[in-house]
Amino acid sequence: MADLIFYSLAAISIAGAIMVVTRKNAVAAALYLVVVMCALAGLFAQLGSLFVAALQVIVYAGAVMVLFLFVIMLLNLKRDEFGFDSRIFQRVLAFILGALLIAQLILVVAHFRPFQPGQPIDPAMGNAAAMSKKLFMQYLYPFEIASILLLAAIIGAVVMAGKKRSD
Amino acid sequence: MAPLTNYLILSAILFSLGVWGVLRNRNALIIFMCIELMLNAVNLTLMAFSSYLKDYSGQVFVFLVMAVAAGEVAVGLAIILAIFRYKENINVDDFNVMKW
Repeated sequence: MADLIFYSLAAISIAGAIMVVTRKNAVAAALYLVVVMCALAGLFAQLGSLFVAALQVIVYAGAVMVLFLFVIMLLNLKRDEFGFDSRIFQRVLAFILGALLIAQLILVVAHFRPFQPGQPIDPAMGNAAAMSKKLFMQYLYPFEIASILLLAAIIGAVVMAGKKRSD
Repeated sequence: MAPLTNYLILSAILFSLGVWGVLRNRNALIIFMCIELMLNAVNLTLMAFSSYLKDYSGQVFVFLVMAVAAGEVAVGLAIILAIFRYKENINVDDFNVMKW
């Protein structure tokens, strides 16, 4: 049963990813990306982390994709502007490089020797609680840095996308 | 649970599809989506190792990657908007204003 869930979610995510890559229309690509995100959220849940699965749906499938769709609608591109490169050489090269990368990564994974799995986690602690303990104790400093980074990103986005004053 | 290598191979395939998309497409928005796809593939690797090693550090990293990705999307889309105002186009072949 677990295998069935894994393979169906894997098939959905790979098919969705192929659709994202090959669509000409950015709206269609964005909606297929939502499919991939949701399939990955299912995989995260299957790996035993419901908290990160929920985050994946809320942050990626929710916030990030809404932002993408907003910008797509805002740009209001004409049909002919959604297009691939006309140079066929570059597309063929892109496919070859992608295939080489897959082959290389799978070769690395095939040579991967499994090491000792860790100690089982204390089952008395829930997933979100255990992760929060790690996040707010051991990784508190990266967490604070991330918040500063987000603040900088907000300011940067406003400065970049804001209307220029006519002076 | 499916073995660790299955997750790693799935993640490798998704990452390579993202690379393919970045190399193939000329629409800046779709290139951006493919970068998101690569980030998600890496997240899947981190989650798989976190579950295998029974260590929550991987999940914390996924959390931080999500935060960075959200910031990256906000700034990147703002840059695309600014370039669109300037060029009326988001084909990356036309973005050569910084080329010397």
